[in-house]
Amino acid sequence: MSEQTLTLDDHDHHEHGPAKGFLRWVFTTNHKDIGTMYLIFSLVMFLIGGMMAFVIRAELFQPGMQLVDPGFFNQMTTMHGLIMVFGAVMPGFVGLANWQIPLMVGAPDMALPRMNNWSFWILPFAFTMLLSTLFMEGGAPGFGWTFYAPLSTTYAPPSVTFFIFAIHMMGISSIMGAMNIIVTLFNMRAPGMGLMQMPMFAWSWLITAFLLVAVMPVLAAVVTMMLMDIHFATSFFSAAGGGDPVLFQHIFWFFGHPEVYIMILPAFGVVSEIIPTFSRKKLFGYHSMVYALIAIALLSFVVWAHHMFTVGMPIGGQLFFMYATMLIAVPTGVKVFNWVATMFKGSLTFETPMLFAVAFVVLFTVGGFSGIMLAIAPVDFQYQDTYFVVAHFHYVLVPGAVFGIVAGVYYWLPKWTGKMYDESLGKMHFWLSFVGLNLTFFPMHFVGLAGMPRRIPDYALQFADFNMMASMGAFLFGTSQLVFVYLVIKTVRSGKEAAQVPWESAEGLEWTLPTPLPYHTFTTPPVIEHK
Amino acid sequence: MNLSTPRGLVVLVVLMFGFGFALVPLYDVFCEITGLNGKTAGQYEGELASGENIQSRQVTMQFIVNKNDNLPWEFKPNDVQMKVATGERKDTTYRVRNTYNTAAVAQAVPSVSPSAAAEYLHKIECFCFEQQPLEAGQAVDMPLTFVVDPELPEGIDKITLSYTLFDITNSTAPASDPHKVKKVDN
Amino acid sequence: MQRFLHQFCITLAFLIPSSVYAAWELNMPRGVTDTSNTVYDLHMLILWICVAIGVVVFGVMFWSIIYHRKSQGAKAAQFHESTTVEVIWTVIPFLILIGMAVPSTSVLIDMYDSSESDIDIQVTGYQCKWQYKYLNEDIDFFSTMTTPKVEIANEQEKNPNYLLEVDNELVVPINKKVRFLFTANDVIHAWWVPELAVKKDAIPGFINESWTRINEVGTYRGQCAELCGKDHGFMPIVVKAVTQADYDIWISEQKATAQAVAAAANQEWSIEDLVAKGETVYQKNCAGCHMVDGSGLPPAFPALNGNDVVLGDIEKHMDIMVNGVPGSAMAAYGKQLSAVELAAVITYKRNTWDNKTGEVISPADVKAYMSK
Repeated sequence: MSEQTLTLDDHDHHEHGPAKGFLRWVFTTNHKDIGTMYLIFSLVMFLIGGMMAFVIRAELFQPGMQLVDPGFFNQMTTMHGLIMVFGAVMPGFVGLANWQIPLMVGAPDMALPRMNNWSFWILPFAFTMLLSTLFMEGGAPGFGWTFYAPLSTTYAPPSVTFFIFAIHMMGISSIMGAMNIIVTLFNMRAPGMGLMQMPMFAWSWLITAFLLVAVMPVLAAVVTMMLMDIHFATSFFSAAGGGDPVLFQHIFWFFGHPEVYIMILPAFGVVSEIIPTFSRKKLFGYHSMVYALIAIALLSFVVWAHHMFTVGMPIGGQLFFMYATMLIAVPTGVKVFNWVATMFKGSLTFETPMLFAVAFVVLFTVGGFSGIMLAIAPVDFQYQDTYFVVAHFHYVLVPGAVFGIVAGVYYWLPKWTGKMYDESLGKMHFWLSFVGLNLTFFPMHFVGLAGMPRRIPDYALQFADFNMMASMGAFLFGTSQLVFVYLVIKTVRSGKEAAQVPWESAEGLEWTLPTPLPYHTFTTPPVIEHK
Repeated sequence: MNLSTPRGLVVLVVLMFGFGFALVPLYDVFCEITGLNGKTAGQYEGELASGENIQSRQVTMQFIVNKNDNLPWEFKPNDVQMKVATGERKDTTYRVRNTYNTAAVAQAVPSVSPSAAAEYLHKIECFCFEQQPLEAGQAVDMPLTFVVDPELPEGIDKITLSYTLFDITNSTAPASDPHKVKKVDN
Repeated sequence: MQRFLHQFCITLAFLIPSSVYAAWELNMPRGVTDTSNTVYDLHMLILWICVAIGVVVFGVMFWSIIYHRKSQGAKAAQFHESTTVEVIWTVIPFLILIGMAVPSTSVLIDMYDSSESDIDIQVTGYQCKWQYKYLNEDIDFFSTMTTPKVEIANEQEKNPNYLLEVDNELVVPINKKVRFLFTANDVIHAWWVPELAVKKDAIPGFINESWTRINEVGTYRGQCAELCGKDHGFMPIVVKAVTQADYDIWISEQKATAQAVAAAANQEWSIEDLVAKGETVYQKNCAGCHMVDGSGLPPAFPALNGNDVVLGDIEKHMDIMVNGVPGSAMAAYGKQLSAVELAAVITYKRNTWDNKTGEVISPADVKAYMSK
């Protein structure tokens, strides 16, 4: 079946190398090219969002207003959140999926290559539009990445309309990317590879893709309602016309909570590939890992209101969302225990991908613990909207999602480029990032507990010392990412030839392919032997 | 190739987009059932439960007002607080005065706290069911007739009914918009 | 870029004095109510459970990292499945969670107590200030941050209550059940005082309630916790808990002040007194948007220096001050300021900067306009 697909969908790919010049990238339908573009895009967005974090942390370096005015500070926090979530983390994982899913399931390309091209090329336009709001009259959106009504409707700057269309475009891009992955995994697996023989990375993306298809349309719906409230005089979120601002939060978080799993599940997949390789031991509990993924995904649909415990829900609702949220700890715990069990009695080595993966397990678990604390509704009243929350979600997103992507890049870079990266530079990148991020985000737990609300441009004096520490950590973390940029460029330009299997006991179809990787792979499907 | 998967996914996307909008009426239903957020139902037409085993008891009704967006109108309850027996029909009024030098339209939006009490506070007649057009400088006493359901859960001794007054003179929504029309029965 | 460098140098110069305020507070305050104490205990319980789980899980992990290294000659074992083990580590966390849920539920139920209260206060959030209305006392006032602009701009040393100080504190008696009813005037705010363990969203058009019973006399400070616009970081909350006797005195003082304010409106005021009073009113209420020098932040906040309304018709000027400008950020100050304050600030604006009209608007003029 795969061969048939190839002839049907790839008319212009009869030659066995890429076209030359810039237009190659514009018209490409090759999953490797598109994966590369996604990853580069994600890195650029990561650096732009990082610069915004620099502005935020520089302003918060010490009490008093120094660099920016409070309005611009809010625009920075808003844009930082939007760009990191929709511009850096999500495209980063889609990039990994584009590169790896066909290689890992033995498919010649993604199932819908033209749509793949389109879903990438929407993104630069969407983000140009979003970033252009910074230069508009009234400034960029400053209502936080969660854009609660009515601050984002009645009281929003005029640029909110551009923000809404940018979100629509990102949504379309994500939905198409997700559909492509589902169709590929359902239809183009190598003959003999059943669903339960898929690599964990493919499994994690399959679940993620279903979450995306299910919730991105809900995000589209909620921004459409905002658009209608702003321009067509409806009252979805305005109490004056019979609407309810809290309804916005319910719909937003119905999207928003699965969204946070969209940002972490693929990282689970990456780590589940890396840890067995460097432990020289099979992944412990493959089946329970798959079931845990499914359980997390299903539970993510019924916990959304734990983001809004202070909104004034009846006690029954409060209890339901508290219990459901606590329940998520069970499948997540299973995953962590399985990773630890995989390492247990292995034969461990610590190359850069493994360092990032181990740091992922430890620090993600720290974020998970603060997550359990946040789930307890009566205590959450003290945590909600403080830096404790900021610490929590940065612990699951930076050493979680971002380390997941970076670990994946280090792991597969030798296969993609055919060249080996500089191991000592990689280790340096890891240790600088590790120290920097803990220095940044750990003190945030303390200031949050001591009473510092989030999203404030200036703070009371008792929070000064930890904030200064966090700012210094952020500068360290930010600048150390330049090591990574340098490392990638150096690898591509002058890296040493990589072996076909650069890691001692790596398993999986991608390692059966020659290095350097041909432009087209698996044009004849591989044979999967059943054990 | 097999097109049924992409077709199914497109249908799912469309359905979920629709579901986003369907959450709006679903939320209203949910609110009416649970009293979430203190939303009150529209005009009460039901029969109160009666019988020997339902005891009438005294609760405090508290009336508060709020004005949105710095609306300078005068708006105050003529009774700040009253003791009522559950099951007893009660009347009160609110005073409102348009301080603008032009005619304007206002809408009062009700909210009840504790939210668990919302479904037990029945409004038989309320100015909040309608928009209030007022001439420049005009003042009126607006009526409210209500009854507290005898099945009000134990432990709720005081019910606060809040009205927030919104200036809606400039919202020119077409009457065909379903969501706009809805507010009349709210 | 140069400006940035310049600012950065100033920042560095301020580094040293700021360490004077060293405070390494690591944890949540215990607070001064029974609820806040139970919340604290629950918080610590969950924290220690998490720490214990962490020690076990990371213990096993680091043991593997140290002893199962390839460089230590470790050979990989072959096991990769064990239903028994997997069932065990699904069930045990579940039981631990039930252990957490039981106390959490009882604390939550306690917080939802809606029995009769002693004092009811309506709390309304405005973009960057709070309004407190004592429902049974006819007392009603705004509470605005008083931290001077020079401290925020680092031109003057910051006082210990920097950003956490207000002009009118919320005064409540101890050992009484105080019930709060939260709502908002514009966007969503959240009222939070950590030491009372009360945090609730204030939502426009809706009311939420919460309650507290404070055990100790003292001053407790908090902040708005929900992003509400550009001045979200500058709307603190200060609660002053006093004895019942002091509370009664405060209530009578408030009522006396209200009468005095009403009386002041009937006095004769000189232009100098009005301008002087107007300047303080302006600094507190207007300078945030229209700037101290009246230059504004166009287009959202017009300049008042040389402004057509300020230099033009007095009626129109009073109309904007009293009723605000619907659909803009200009608030209606008719209810927020007294007649004296309104007259003073209008007179000030018409007689400061380059605006030299020489006109005097007396409190009586304002009262006459408002009762029209």
